[in-house]
Amino acid sequence: MDYLWAFLVGGGICVIGQILLDVAKLTPAHVLSSFVVTGAVLDGFSLYDKLIKFAGAGATVPITSFGHSLLHGAMKQAEDHGFIGVAIGIFQLTSAGIASAILFGFLVAVFFKPKG
Amino acid sequence: MGKLGKQTWIFENQVYINETATVAGPMEAQGPLSETFDITFDDLHCHEDNWEKAERKILQQSIQTCIQKARLQTDQIDLMLSGDLLNQNVTSNYAARTLSIPILNMFGACSTSMETLAVASALVDAGFVNNAIAATSSHNATAERQFRYPTEYGGQKPATATTTITGGGSALVSQKPSTIRVEAATIGKVMDYQMGDPFDMGSAMVPAAYDTIKTHLADMGRSPDDYDLIVTGDLSSIGSPILKDMMKEDGINIDDVHNDCGLMIYNSDQPVFAGGSGTACSAVVTYGHIVSELRKGRLNRVLIAATGSLHSPTMIQQKETMPSIAHGVVLTREELS
Amino acid sequence: MSKKFDKQNYKNTVKSYQPKPNLFLNCVKAFIIGGLICVVGQALTDFYIGVFGYSEKDAASPTAATLILISSLLTGFGVYDKLAQFAGAGSAVPITGFANAITSAALEHKSEGLVLGVGGNMFKLAGSVIVYGTVSAYLVGIIRYLIMQ
Repeated sequence: MDYLWAFLVGGGICVIGQILLDVAKLTPAHVLSSFVVTGAVLDGFSLYDKLIKFAGAGATVPITSFGHSLLHGAMKQAEDHGFIGVAIGIFQLTSAGIASAILFGFLVAVFFKPKG
Repeated sequence: MGKLGKQTWIFENQVYINETATVAGPMEAQGPLSETFDITFDDLHCHEDNWEKAERKILQQSIQTCIQKARLQTDQIDLMLSGDLLNQNVTSNYAARTLSIPILNMFGACSTSMETLAVASALVDAGFVNNAIAATSSHNATAERQFRYPTEYGGQKPATATTTITGGGSALVSQKPSTIRVEAATIGKVMDYQMGDPFDMGSAMVPAAYDTIKTHLADMGRSPDDYDLIVTGDLSSIGSPILKDMMKEDGINIDDVHNDCGLMIYNSDQPVFAGGSGTACSAVVTYGHIVSELRKGRLNRVLIAATGSLHSPTMIQQKETMPSIAHGVVLTREELS
Repeated sequence: MSKKFDKQNYKNTVKSYQPKPNLFLNCVKAFIIGGLICVVGQALTDFYIGVFGYSEKDAASPTAATLILISSLLTGFGVYDKLAQFAGAGSAVPITGFANAITSAALEHKSEGLVLGVGGNMFKLAGSVIVYGTVSAYLVGIIRYLIMQ
């Protein structure tokens, strides 16, 4: 069942993205930026965690989850450190994602050649 | 010789294309015109380290092959007029440093082929040079990385997009008689009909093609029937029907004689969206296929209206629209006595 | 009398010549590919929980890192862009799209050197996602913190 919901919710979020691309004619950068902001806002209302509980990877894999993680990490540290906690915690949960993307992106760039 | 009508130049001193040479990349080599290219590459890198070097190799080989076919040496060429899509025309300039031919750089986006041919013909006609080479090149990857996205980026392109062709075309122009005569050229004005989608350049460039073709016919006192072929550079499958209808609205019917280089260079089953585009598109089709058809007598008089979209990525990001331009050149078949 | 192809009418007139994207088909393709990528993510999460004993929360990081590695490799092999032409948002919206944006930019600009080319251009496409994510998380975080006080 987990897998079914992951498939349906993940696919559904992508469909919203596709509609924004085809109908609103937004660029991919615009669509993804708005998705990441949406993720942060939804987490601000404590809604994104509910979606994750329900859909698992269907909610953690789309880029919306990136926005959620940014805020989540920030709020966690804010509990302990006040205002400055927002700055301390913001990249905590997303660190693995950003660090991996930079590392693997770099390595692929070193060892591969673009094919066109 | 001289000015005719509003924007047209007539070359009465008999200006001829003595030789041409075309070079093409892997996708173009799989298209319907593959037999007409002098050199083809099956590797998009052309066995070079990077994309820009590949495009430079294409342009250089096109020019050198043209000179060889004319049985001349590089130092016997008086002038080269060249342009490409890259910032600062680097392909043309860096190729020129190897060739050591005096150079006039031109930029007309995808109209550069006819822009360079027109000016080369004018200079030959007026006697400022004995011969001149008009050349241009484009490369799919260099255009993608400069105008759009990194080549491996997963951005989904719409059906209205065109595919920049990889190729280079050059023509040697002089007063020495040959079968291909350059009769006239019409210089275009920049037109902007408020189109702003860089993934649909075809419909943005139609007004320029319309204006130049219409002005040309009026200047020459001719109608479309006077031509076997009126070919546009890269209006694609989107722009071509728009042009035909736009001209019909003015009482000019080009339906029977119109074709588009971007539609001629690829097969309909190749993954090229709405057709080919790029500086070299009109060049390789004209200097390969069209020149060949003229030589064989299958065409007698052709108007080539190369169309260019004059935007840049910065302009698009600043929400500017896309101005366009079209330059036309007439090639006719001459019987040599 | 104003004509269909006059400057003021041109943009409107031209709309009928532009093929509309097949929205339904594109959405189906995006749904399927996006859904499948999430299913792979779910499998990876279960794998990290089952085999390595991560908690559900902690399994998120290696899952993301694995998906990013796969996407970077597919980008390097020249396959991701072909998938993306088919899948559209289905390959752009998952975290794999983020990795592709970074990797493709880094790979493309290798010819300008490792520092200025690869290093300097890596975030050309993905930068806006990081910027807007961070700025919005800051703002929402500050507001929420103030409300909670």
